[in-house]
Parts: sequence; structure tokens; C-alpha cells
Amino acid sequence: MKKRDRTPKTYTRLTHPLVRDSRDEPFRRATWDEALARAADGFRRTKEAHGPDAFAMLSCARATNEMNYVAQKFTRVVMGTNNVDSCNRTCHAPSVAGLSAAFGSGGGTSSYEEVEHTDLVVMWGSNARFAHPIFFQHVLRGIRNGARMYAVDPRRTSTAEWAESWLGLNVGTDIPLAHAVGREIIHAGLHNKAFIERATTGFDEYAELVEPWTLSLAEKVTGVPAAAIRDLAHAYATAERAQLCWTLGITEHHNGTDNVRALINLSLLTGHVGRYASGVQPLRGQNNVQGGGDMGAIPNRLPGFQDILDAAHRVKFERAWGTEIPPRYGMTLTDMFEAMEHGELHAVYCIGENPAQSEADSEQAIRRLAALDHLVVQDIFLTKTAEMAEMADVVLPATAAWAETDGTTTNSERRVQRVRAALTPPGEAREDIDIICEVAVRLGHDWKFADSEAVWNELRSLSPDHFGMTYDRLTEHQGLQWPCPDLEVLPSSFLHGRLWESDPALRGPAAPFGLVAHDPPVDLTDESFPIRLTTGRRLDSYNTGVQSGGYASPLRRGEYVELCPEDAERYGVVVGEEVRVSSRRGVVVAPVWVDPALRPGLAFMTMHFPDEVDTNQLTIEANCPIAGTAEFKASAIRIEKLPVAAVRS
Amino acid sequence: MTAIPLGVPRRLVEFTLDGREARVPEGSTILDACRAAGKDIPTLCQGDTLAPKNACRVCVVEVEGARTLAPACSRKAEAGMEVRTDTERARHSRKVVLELLASSVNLSTTPRAAEWIKEYEAKPDRFGPNAARVDEEPRVDNDLYVRDYDKCILCYKCVDACGDQWQNTFAISVVGRGFDARIAVEHDAPLTDSACVYCGNCVEVCPTGALSFKSEFDMRAAGTWNEAEQTETTTVCAYCGVGCNLTLHVQDNEIVKVTSPHDNPVTHGNLCIKGRFGYQHVQNRD
Repeated sequence: MKKRDRTPKTYTRLTHPLVRDSRDEPFRRATWDEALARAADGFRRTKEAHGPDAFAMLSCARATNEMNYVAQKFTRVVMGTNNVDSCNRTCHAPSVAGLSAAFGSGGGTSSYEEVEHTDLVVMWGSNARFAHPIFFQHVLRGIRNGARMYAVDPRRTSTAEWAESWLGLNVGTDIPLAHAVGREIIHAGLHNKAFIERATTGFDEYAELVEPWTLSLAEKVTGVPAAAIRDLAHAYATAERAQLCWTLGITEHHNGTDNVRALINLSLLTGHVGRYASGVQPLRGQNNVQGGGDMGAIPNRLPGFQDILDAAHRVKFERAWGTEIPPRYGMTLTDMFEAMEHGELHAVYCIGENPAQSEADSEQAIRRLAALDHLVVQDIFLTKTAEMAEMADVVLPATAAWAETDGTTTNSERRVQRVRAALTPPGEAREDIDIICEVAVRLGHDWKFADSEAVWNELRSLSPDHFGMTYDRLTEHQGLQWPCPDLEVLPSSFLHGRLWESDPALRGPAAPFGLVAHDPPVDLTDESFPIRLTTGRRLDSYNTGVQSGGYASPLRRGEYVELCPEDAERYGVVVGEEVRVSSRRGVVVAPVWVDPALRPGLAFMTMHFPDEVDTNQLTIEANCPIAGTAEFKASAIRIEKLPVAAVRS
Repeated sequence: MTAIPLGVPRRLVEFTLDGREARVPEGSTILDACRAAGKDIPTLCQGDTLAPKNACRVCVVEVEGARTLAPACSRKAEAGMEVRTDTERARHSRKVVLELLASSVNLSTTPRAAEWIKEYEAKPDRFGPNAARVDEEPRVDNDLYVRDYDKCILCYKCVDACGDQWQNTFAISVVGRGFDARIAVEHDAPLTDSACVYCGNCVEVCPTGALSFKSEFDMRAAGTWNEAEQTETTTVCAYCGVGCNLTLHVQDNEIVKVTSPHDNPVTHGNLCIKGRFGYQHVQNRD
């Protein structure tokens, strides 16, 4: 089989500010002074004409904690709104929402190293072998140390190849499967009664909720044999220690938060949380998507996960910042796009995000961004969000956080690590924090930070969970995990050990079972759209491909619609043949790839090559009502053979 | 019962090292003890993230009462043992090993090889100009890394890193036996037709430069590779949320190589294709 030798569109670094005098004109080069003045003027005009809530900040899950701290502070202090969010909304916001609801804190509970010392690993909706390769090395260590691994995924992925058992469920039936596992554990008497009584609430209601989900009903709905479900239930419940890990297969659904709750329920049922090597672990998809939320670049939390609705938290920040914080949640990214549609949002400051290509139903996203009065884009590239759709008014060239600035990022195991500048940025590109401060200055706030450490120390003074993490300690220990309130004591590697305390005062609030019901994918398959399309990542590529398109990967083969051999035969199509792929929202043409890891009726695509095949024209913007994440993982599509077979070589 | 034994606390082992008392935690190797005592024992096939393979024999030491010399990298320290690192016999053995390796392999990019050859007065030339060499052109079959068989000492570190010790991809193995033994992918095909996933973790552990990043290979060929002018800065990868630490080797404001600290709790020195090679986007400057 010949691989296509394709060089994807490469992006060139932005080296100077760009402005345009009207939307009909092309960009022209501008001085920093002019560009910053225009950016600030637009924000000021918006605030004066429409109030602070007509502004929104898209902060960057790729940039440092320090930048995210300054970006959310800009939003709350300079603009006076809580409308700040980032692309965490498109991936793991349900994990944060689900974990917060159960445990009061939105991070994974365990550390990578613990996976090496556990007895059972469940990888649910996660192809970590491709998407998180170095985390998976820890899993492999665990397997070599004797742990058993179960993979729950519609596709038999390269992660599943390492599993003792692969549960190939139908897309969007995670809750029935989880409930059936829960019911089986209860009926077999394997639930951890002492833990349930001591540390949880709502068990009786949960038992009642899962009661209808017999193994045979679950087999019918999920497509997983009853014996395999029973086996997983017994293995998970009887393991001394167990890790439950998930990725976007759980969260990128219209009911993503419910999915997360359904998985957390299993850990509460068995007591597999709050102990060394027992825990629940969402694997985050971007270098600092954890940190962005931790820094308060989300509409409902101040830095350090402190709730905006809590008056005491607000007062602390109001004193420190000399401002008043609106006592209500701001808009999520999803709300923002809807508010653009309804004309409630007029100005957006978009830092390092590419929503024109990363949002579900991308055509709609572009239309909405184009309707803004004022769009400022700050990025290292002229992405599609800034350029192709011709939407931005001002483009500000930034530095690459990971290689050209100093600061910190926070990974999936809550480890805050130092990022250091190794390269001199190109042209006139400036650090994000500098740029934001310059805009703030033009809006009447005389902000100046000596360096990233000064920002970090301000954050430390306001976030108890980060207080113990000085730059020196972060260097000394190669990163520290939050919560780290103490300057001497090293933090625990896992969260919520309190749940095991016998003293109720130390134990703190009990973890509630999530009473969530099955709700199938919104985009139903039928005669017209008979194939279920799910999306994911490949090993060598990343998101919209702006970063990963830049190097010569021998593994890269461009975008394909991947089908199982049976479906390929049914449609009479061969590898490389272009077909028309349609959903209820859009049509793309893509070549066929045949993958035996798929099952009849299931197709797979990525979003790595949007300039080649814009997969997100097919996906549905059906959002989780709690977290706002779209259902990227389940669209209904139709495959049509083109009249004259155009086989790409 | 848990399947994972927790182990017992490690005791200290006392033994004699070159006539002096040495104390190391149980399970330490003689090499660990030597390094703790500040002794400079040459090593090639030993890797700080890998189980010892005892392939190169350049680290041998004399253990009192043993018939043969012991490889310090893998022989565990035992209570009461008497070890001598600098005897005539150990030094002679190291010298012959260096002569055999240096006569058959190109050690020009092996760190410290020239220094050791001098120190042990090894004379690789004494086997004459016709000493067995592979004499092959470096294999450049992809844009990320190069295989130069002239520099391979068959230490197996790359095989272990690719196989069950870290990457578990099993793209490479030893094929052939005796003088024909060599490291290869299945059917000795080009890398692009193999199971290789281009993580570069084999390059990370290669002690001789037989495996090298194409960026380094090209710069060496052009005569522009200059380690003295390079800076090494450890930062965090910009791709997924695992948070791998990357050490960026930068020369003239260009990233020329990416490694990872071997003692890092996230990576243990390993990376994936994106972290190792996916940096070009930041330096597409015009």
C-alpha cells in the first residue's frame, strides 16, 4: 500500500503586527503602537456601547500558567466581566465539571508513577498509545509489573492491542456500560460497603438507577457481550488497586459530564479513589489545558479553583486587584459562540486559539466570528481564525510559549513544571504577557510585571493550592503537584485521601454518586445517514495541524475516511479512492482508508488536516449542557462512491 | 492480595573497593559504588535508564576469588566482596576491548572514546589497515534520523529501548549471528517500511552516534555542528497534556536536537515523535 507523500500547509511565524482599516481590505503591516491602540480602542468602544459582558477572552491552553493568569485578570479587572474561557471547552471541560461535582476539585486524582504500581488499569475511551504515548509507557510498565489492562473503545485501537480484554462498545453507550458494570458489582456483593457508607452519598438512589441495566440489556444496547461486561465488573471490583483513565471518548459527547459522572460512580462504588495507585485519571489533551483552568481562565472559577459565587473568595481577589468582580459566572466558549449569533457579544480577544477550525460545525463558527465588531487575534501564526475567514481586525505576533518564554505549565497529573525560553523570538514578536499588559495600559491600568516569576508569585499569594511552589522548588523537584500549600512539605501524589479518614471532620464533604441516565447521541443514524463517524488523533499529528504540519513525519499520510473492510466492500471502494462523505451539516470529499480495527457501521476521521479535508464540517455542535463540550465523537454520515473513481496515488 | 510486591526496605551493603571501605544500598552495582566514590570507569553499553546488557565489556573489574573479570555495570555489590578496579588485568582487558572496538568500528562520535584509548594506551592500528569493518554508507531513508552501521558496536541499547524496556514497539532487533550480527528492522527494510514510530528513543540511548538525528547528521556533514556553541534548555513539550520535559539543544537560534532528562519523573528520557521532532513550526520564520 503506497502512502501518500503529502506536505501539509505549513504556517510561517508572524513577525510584525497586522491591522486592517476595514473588513474589505487586506491586512497591512502596522507598528506595535498603532496595533495596540487599535486593539484597545475596539475593546473600549465595545465596553462603552454594550457593557462589559459584550467582551470575551479566548485564553490559550497552550500558553503558560502566567499568561493565563494575566489574561483572566485582564478580563476581570480591565474589562469587568467573567467571560473568559479556552479550548478546554472542546475537550476536557466535562472531566473538570464531573470531578468537581464529585470531589470538589477538577483534577485527575492520581500520578503517572502510580499506574506502574497498580493492579488493574481501565482505559475508557482513550487511545493513549497514540494520543498520550509517554503516559502509556507508564501503563506498559504497570502491565509488565503484573497489572491487567482493560480497554473500552468503539475501535480496537493500538491501546486495546495491549489489553487483556477489549470492550468494543457502540459509540455513545458509555453510560449503559458503566451502569451495567455498577449493577453487576452490586449484585455480586463486591461493592465496598464501608467506603460507600463512610465517604459517599446517594448510594441507594444509584443502586435503583442502575437496577434496570442487566448484563443482557447492556449487551443489546452497547454491543458488548454480557460475559465481557461481567468480567470487567469483577476484575475492577476485586482488584486491590485500580486506575480508571479516560480521554475524549468520554468527554466529547453531548452528555460528556454525565459520562464522566458514570465512570466516577464506579470508583466510588469500589473505593478505587483516594489511595495510592487507586484513582480516576482524565488524560488532558494539551500542554496546559489543566493549568489554564487552574489559573482561572474559565468563566466560573477564580485562580486556584476558587468559586466566583463564593463571596469570601471574591473579596480576597477584589482586595488584591482593587476591583469588583461580577458575582455571576461568565460565558463558556460555547455560550460565546451562541452569543455572537444573537448579537450579544461584540468584541473578542483571541489568544493562541484557532476556533475557526477547531469548533464543531466549523462553517457556523466562521460565520459567527465574522459577525463580531472587533476581533483581536494574538498568535504565533496567521491561523485560519485570523486570516482565511478574514475576520480579525488586529493581529498581534506572539512568542511560542514552550520555547520562547519563561513560565510554568501544568500537566495531566497536576504537576506544575518550568517552561524556559531557549530561542530568540522572530521579528517583532512579543511575549503574551507583555502584549496584554500593553493593552491594559491603554485602557487605563498601569500593569507591568518584571518577569514571569513576578506573575507567578502574585498567583501564589492568591491560590493556596499553589503557594508552596516557588520557582526554585519547581526546578529542584522537576515540578510539583498541586495541592501544594506548604513551602517545606512535599505534596501527596494522589488526591482525596481524606475520604478514607475515620474522623468525619477530617473526611470533609462526602462524594455524591452521580445520578445520570443514558442519552444516545443526538445525531441519529438512519437510512440516509447509516454510518457512525467518530473522530480522534493520530500518533504523529496534532489537533488542527498548525504545529504538527511543520515537520517531516514519515508516518503522515494525510486525511482519510477510515472504514472497516466489510463496509469498504459493501460500498465497492478501495484504499485511496475518493468518496463523498456527507452529514446533516456538510459534505467533504476524502480518500478511503481501510482499518480492520473498525467495525461495520463505524467510520473514523481526524481533524489534523483541515486545509485538506475539513472534518469539522461534518461534526455536530450538540453540546453538553453542563460543560459545553460538543459531540465530536458521534456524527451520522453517508458514504457515496463518486461517479468516476478518482484514485489518488 | 495485591499482585505488586511492595518490597522490603533496602539495607546498606559493605564491601572493599580498591582497598577502601564502600557502603552502598542493597541492589546497587559495583559501577554505582565506583561512581559514588568518584572513580571513572569507562562504559559504552551501560545506560542509566536501561537494564545492563554486559555487551561491551569495557567496564570490567577484578573481584577477589572470581575466575573471570566482572562487568561493573551489572555485577551487584555483595557484602564482604573485595573489588579492584585498576589492576593490570582489568586495565589490559579494557585496552584490548577498546582496540577491538576501535579497529572495527568508527568511534569518532563516541563521547570520550579517544580519551580512553589514550588512557589505556590502546593501539587499534595494530590489527593493520584491513581490520574487519562494515564499510557501509549511512542509511538516510527518512527525514528524522539516520543509521550509520560503521559506528555500531552492537551494544543492544537501541533494541532494549525500542523493545520491552521502554517503547514496546519492537521495530528493531538483532539479525544474523556471529560476524554477521547487526541491528535491523524486519527484513532489514528501510525504516519507512517498518514498524518504527519515530520516537527517537533509540537515538537517545545510542552511545556512539550510530543512530543520530538527521539535523545533527546533516550539520556534521556540512561541518557546522558545534557543540561548544550550543545551549541546552529544559522546557515542557507543547503538544499533549502529559507534560514531557524537553531539553532543546540550540545552535544559532535553531533547535538542532531534542533530548529529555533521563531522571525526569514524567519521561525517564523517553519522548514520542511529536515531542522529539515536532519543533520545526516555531522556526518557520520566513
